[in-house]
Amino acid sequence: MNDLTLMWKNLFRKKTRAILLLISIMIAFFIYAALFTMNGALNAGVQSAKANRLVTVNSINFTVSLPFAYYNRVKSVEGVVDAAHASWFGGYYKEPVNQFQTFATDPEAYLNVYPELITSPEERAAFINTRDCLAVGRELATMNQISLGDRIPVMSNIFSKQDGSRSWEFEVCAIMDYEPETGRDVPANFALMHYDYYNEALAFNRDMLGWIVILTEDVSVNDAVSRTIDEMFANSPYETETSTEAAFGEAFLSQLGNIGLMLSLVVGAAFVTILMIVGTTMVLAINERIKEIAVFKTLGFPAPRIFRMVMGESLLLCFFGGFLGIAAAQGAITLINPVMKNVLGELSISWDAMGYGALLMLGLSLITGLLPAFSAMNVRIVTAFGKH
Amino acid sequence: MNLYTLRDLSKRYSRGGEAVTIFEGLNMQIAQGDFIAIMGPSGSGKTTLLNMLGGIDRPSSGTIECQGERIDNLSEARLSKWRAAHVGFIFQFYNLMPTLNAAQNVELPLLLTKLSPKQRKEHIATALDIVGISDRAKHYPRQLSGGQQQRVAIARAIVSDPKVLLCDEPTGDLDRVSADSVLEMLQLLNSKLNKTIIMVTHDPAAAKYARRELRLDKGRFIEQESAQ
Repeated sequence: MNDLTLMWKNLFRKKTRAILLLISIMIAFFIYAALFTMNGALNAGVQSAKANRLVTVNSINFTVSLPFAYYNRVKSVEGVVDAAHASWFGGYYKEPVNQFQTFATDPEAYLNVYPELITSPEERAAFINTRDCLAVGRELATMNQISLGDRIPVMSNIFSKQDGSRSWEFEVCAIMDYEPETGRDVPANFALMHYDYYNEALAFNRDMLGWIVILTEDVSVNDAVSRTIDEMFANSPYETETSTEAAFGEAFLSQLGNIGLMLSLVVGAAFVTILMIVGTTMVLAINERIKEIAVFKTLGFPAPRIFRMVMGESLLLCFFGGFLGIAAAQGAITLINPVMKNVLGELSISWDAMGYGALLMLGLSLITGLLPAFSAMNVRIVTAFGKH
Repeated sequence: MNLYTLRDLSKRYSRGGEAVTIFEGLNMQIAQGDFIAIMGPSGSGKTTLLNMLGGIDRPSSGTIECQGERIDNLSEARLSKWRAAHVGFIFQFYNLMPTLNAAQNVELPLLLTKLSPKQRKEHIATALDIVGISDRAKHYPRQLSGGQQQRVAIARAIVSDPKVLLCDEPTGDLDRVSADSVLEMLQLLNSKLNKTIIMVTHDPAAAKYARRELRLDKGRFIEQESAQ
């Protein structure tokens, strides 16, 4: 037997109470880990945005198209090194629930603007030169068991063809990855197709594009380039708004609401509640055991050791419940991965989430354990025996 | 050889703003290997005196020496160490930990020593054997009778081999048969293992097991008789 055994036995002396406490802590950490992971997945694109990459969209919002002619005019602006256009296809593969993010673009320009997107030279050439080629991100291909050379249909839930069909046939001729050295921590979970192949079959919205991605000479010219582009199209039927890639990503996320604030509020509310429940229960539990603590002191257990034992109980409770909660969140994420994988990629609890979670557990146990630990440490033996 | 020397010992406390004196100017010597029963009316200060001898309460004035070392002015930390090394406590209501079995309860004082787990096991087995309760080592307090619980408490008190056992009404919660059995056990520990035993009791029959009886009345000791 050692102090850990004593702490464990004391913690579970009232099993129902201990289990209920553990469940409440578990729920708080479940919420924390699930939201942290979701937030991380949503922000991954923003965090890995390149500083000298700008995005031009319709000033109404990014879901409203721009004329294709804008693309060439943007490319000629001083300070622009390269540019690519992209259009949201809104695709799915086999079943509507199986989202298959696909963009119609100019392959060569797109790969130039996103140099971190890599594929073999042969596949790159095949993608650029084959009109019905589909370049598929590694994660998307893996998740859908798609291989090079496969012929697959991708359906649009937005656009239809002139013949009334919504299906575009492709040959998979390139598999894309993100260059690991770029540190871009997002899954390649999308596909690219030739704009021409998409555009020529469209029943409506022809010769329009979704947005233009611009690579500038340097971060220092970003403001000037943005201003020039937006002034160029001012007072036209399709006014533009140009911002950095990171700002564009944030604007996209803000459509969903302030995720960071929501995360803080929900996690904060959960933790304040848990703090009160665990804190009160710990104080009551120690008060119930005041005579036992007096016995420990009578036997010669020094006050600092009593303090450590009570703090240890609090640490055990919070860390045990916390890690159970994080494990439960990982279980839930694994369950929803098949549904969410095409949108957010393969989700998993990160080491960051675990690390911050451990800090939260430590904080929670310190706050809830300090008061009972101090009161246990300062128990006067004679008074405690007298009370009972 | 004297184990304890008490000089001019007083204890006062305040109750509702009024000073209450429990005893004043108490002098006493307790020899190594003695077995003393302290009797007296309620409120005479028997338990207070026992607590002071055990280093869990302090006198208002006067000194307490144990083997030549003053314990009344030791810091809390040093008193804890001193208690762990020199004193075994036996309480009226046993004060066993309900979450621990008999062997684990007995092991508690050994957690304060540097003994290895194997040595601790040996000490526990010996202590349980001495009090005749080895067959109940894995039982929890709720599974034991009052007499058996008190035997476990005695095993806990002697497991670290202290010189002195302080017993506060050790048979107060037991029937006559169990009480006699526990008292015989104390007598054995005194006579065979030379433990100094100081026992507070209300029970004259229990006091008869001691070598001498002291009556604490109005703050003074009256030595009554040699019981044995």
